[in-house]
Amino acid sequence: MRFDQPAGTNPIDRMKVVGQPIDRIDGPLKVCGVAPYAYERHDVVPNQAYGFILGSAIAKGRIRSFDLADAKSAPGVIAIVTHENAGKLGKPKAITANLMGGPEVEHFDQAIAIVVAETFEQARAAAKLIRVDYARAQGQFDLRAAIPSAKPVSDSSGEGSASPGRIEIGDFDAAFARAPVKVDVEYTTPDESHAMMEPQATIAAWDGDELTLWTSNQMINWAVRDVSQALLIPREKVRVISPYVGGGFGSKLWIRSDVVMAALGARAAKRPVKVALTRQQVFNNTTHRPATVQRLRIAANKDGRIVAIGHESTSGDLPGGGPETATSQTRLLYAGANRMVEMKLAVLDLPEANAMRAPGEAPGMMALEAAVDELAEELGMDPVEFRVLNDTQVDPEHPERRFSERNLIGCLRQGAERFGWAKRNPKPGQVRDGRWLVGMGVAAAFRNNLTMRSGARVAVDGRGIVTISTDMTDIGTGSYTVIAQTAAEMMGVPVSQVVVRLGDSTFPVSSGSGGQWGGNSATAGVYAACAKLRDQVAAKLGFNATDVEFADGQVRSGGRSVPLTDVGEMSAEDTLTYGDLGKKQQQSTFGAHFVEAGVDALTGEIRVRRMLAVCAAGRILNPKTARSQVIGAMTMGVGATLMEEAVVDTRFGCFINHDLAEYHVPVHADIPHQEVIFLDEADPQSSPMKAKGVGELGLCGVGAAVANAVYNACGVRVREYPITVEKIIAGLPRVA
Amino acid sequence: MGGALDVSRRGVIGGGAAAVAAAGIGGDEAEGQTPEPAVLMPVSMTVNGRPVSLRIDPRTSLLDALREHLKLTGSKKGCDHGQCGACTVLVGGRRINSCLSLAVMHEGDEVTTIEGLGTPEKLHPMQAAFVKHDAYQCGYCTPGQICSAVGVLREIAAGVPSHVAGDLDDRPRVSVDEMRERMSGNICRCGAYSNIIDAMTEVSRA
Repeated sequence: MRFDQPAGTNPIDRMKVVGQPIDRIDGPLKVCGVAPYAYERHDVVPNQAYGFILGSAIAKGRIRSFDLADAKSAPGVIAIVTHENAGKLGKPKAITANLMGGPEVEHFDQAIAIVVAETFEQARAAAKLIRVDYARAQGQFDLRAAIPSAKPVSDSSGEGSASPGRIEIGDFDAAFARAPVKVDVEYTTPDESHAMMEPQATIAAWDGDELTLWTSNQMINWAVRDVSQALLIPREKVRVISPYVGGGFGSKLWIRSDVVMAALGARAAKRPVKVALTRQQVFNNTTHRPATVQRLRIAANKDGRIVAIGHESTSGDLPGGGPETATSQTRLLYAGANRMVEMKLAVLDLPEANAMRAPGEAPGMMALEAAVDELAEELGMDPVEFRVLNDTQVDPEHPERRFSERNLIGCLRQGAERFGWAKRNPKPGQVRDGRWLVGMGVAAAFRNNLTMRSGARVAVDGRGIVTISTDMTDIGTGSYTVIAQTAAEMMGVPVSQVVVRLGDSTFPVSSGSGGQWGGNSATAGVYAACAKLRDQVAAKLGFNATDVEFADGQVRSGGRSVPLTDVGEMSAEDTLTYGDLGKKQQQSTFGAHFVEAGVDALTGEIRVRRMLAVCAAGRILNPKTARSQVIGAMTMGVGATLMEEAVVDTRFGCFINHDLAEYHVPVHADIPHQEVIFLDEADPQSSPMKAKGVGELGLCGVGAAVANAVYNACGVRVREYPITVEKIIAGLPRVA
Repeated sequence: MGGALDVSRRGVIGGGAAAVAAAGIGGDEAEGQTPEPAVLMPVSMTVNGRPVSLRIDPRTSLLDALREHLKLTGSKKGCDHGQCGACTVLVGGRRINSCLSLAVMHEGDEVTTIEGLGTPEKLHPMQAAFVKHDAYQCGYCTPGQICSAVGVLREIAAGVPSHVAGDLDDRPRVSVDEMRERMSGNICRCGAYSNIIDAMTEVSRA
């Protein structure tokens, strides 16, 4: 099915099942610990051996030699693979650093060997006995020092965030210079780790020249492609299975070293091998969100209208890598005749920088929406009113291009009402609650909507069961459930009669999970397959396909009604593809974040006290799972704002706080009760589902809302994230 | 590149003070020791009401004994260092990080894992509340959260004080502050905390 005209009325509009806040259908398996994750598949293949990956102890240079003697003779060791015996390997085009290093080392903890042994304990112990003779080279690990050599680059995150190296509309410099009210501020965001709870893990099994991988991956079809390119074997020989994924956030968009090393280990050991990365390896062996240095220049007339808006960002990556597209949203979020964005990339020898949840917007909005707060204060305007005044219903760079749906103003207004924004004292440091200085902050939420072609197969079995098969993944997003709801709505059966099978490369290729496109795109693919099957069923029954209705287990048309079970076994497969609706109109998702924060007047300790997000993001397929997406993103935003920082050791070229004791993510005690409101919206430009994404929207802007609340509470503006005690305590008001 | 910390060239993993400094970045064990030949030790315990006897490498954590030897994979490995709580199980009714405990230390112990609390057909009340309140997303931390939640409500009922107790002599009461404090060793990166507290609150009132 091709989607190149706005959606008309269709069976999803009934919203009998779609749009209902039903419990996750995979919930009972997850809460009982019987949903099988990658490393846990004792059932799929016998005789599994254990692999342990050795990472490079240097960040850049060469391996002169390995001394494997002790490791080889250690108890239980079956095989050791290094670059010397791995055979020829390729580098997947989508990946910047080789997944197996040697003799060249590209980054710290790059995988350079795998030890395969009978047990995990034996493999781990033996890996420590490998002696490596390195020739260490100088590397550049300091973003600040690399800025002078950074060059403008045009790039897309591939996830809906894109920016040119430099673009200017109107005359930015002149307008900025002339304007009466302005801010010119630098914000920095640190490197961050995805820190998903399940480290990357893979079981690899060869059957002749055919390779099966049980792994933890967001994009099954990309994984097949990348395994093929890495191991130089045909795609047809690769099968990837990933029905449950213990968190991704972008870390599992592409295969990582666990996949390649498990496959190489299994080939050498001549038996299946299972490998999990350690938590430490997640930080330096895999990817991270890169640090940014951003400059915001925004100027307004005294009436509050923006006349010039400029955003520059610099980040770093390995040679051949890409930038954090932190300037992207600034092209679309606010009106203003004179505009410029510039995005630069420096070469760094740190581990590979790559997509982490809402790449671009997450750090970009942390800077932009805090700078906007600063400008509103300069103007003496309420920050909600300032944003409302500067809303745009068209793409500011191409005014002929409208937004398909844009209700940012509604989000701000409803949120302000619900949160009690009117009680906010605009002057910082004025509100006390015992020892706490209390403040409120607001920020817009913005994230583009992407649609991706997606396929599915639907089958009915003559006994009332509808089975959906697609290589779509569920990374906690609720894919199983919203796909079941879609199939139930389309085929007229209860959700309890829908079986959803995901995450297997033998199933039709789906959108996969990324860029907040998965929910809308994957269900749209299911819609297409079901529409095709409906037509086939109608034809088999001799019904007129245009007035046929599937409801209550019946197929009805022209006064006739036949049980769906009567059609016997039938199936259909289809892929929904997209025309250029997304180009003709700008599809984006919007929201407003409201935060109340307390700052201890004596110690500077920061506590988030209340959080509210209001989202306008198309049809919400399941308000329960969508709400969880948003509160989870709000939680991640609190982390980014107040605690998360992968600290670069510029001597060794690594992230030194590489575990969950030293890299702090929010815990229960950090997060208050969170509220989410979804505005009623259906976007016929997006897909037959009329849905968009919310999984990343919830993260975009929330950090600035926290920062703005901290500022309103205590009057200290920190422009170097994360906002930690030592950065604010000196600026706190004097305590009487 | 500080001269005192220049540990390039030979023997980064070989020995000496500089090598220790570098190894400490990437390694989690002492370097350069040849392991003893494999020695297996016997251990017997009760897991989910069932007696089990293992002959096991003494280096094996309770978590790996459960996951790899008994194939009870409900308990998760998120960090293997007691930093995330995904491996939380109940031993003698009290919650522990099973990754921080060697299996051979548990001779005679009664271990309850997530599989021992309920099944998809017959959920434990805490499991049912997690489903109802959508108190999870990816599900990987969930068994640990649930075991921990069950343990927390027992600890509060038993009068065990916490960091947020106003007075150590008062009996603690179930409150969101108490639950958030006591649950803070169980990380959920998907960010279901608000819903987890809702689920626990419901169970505590039942």
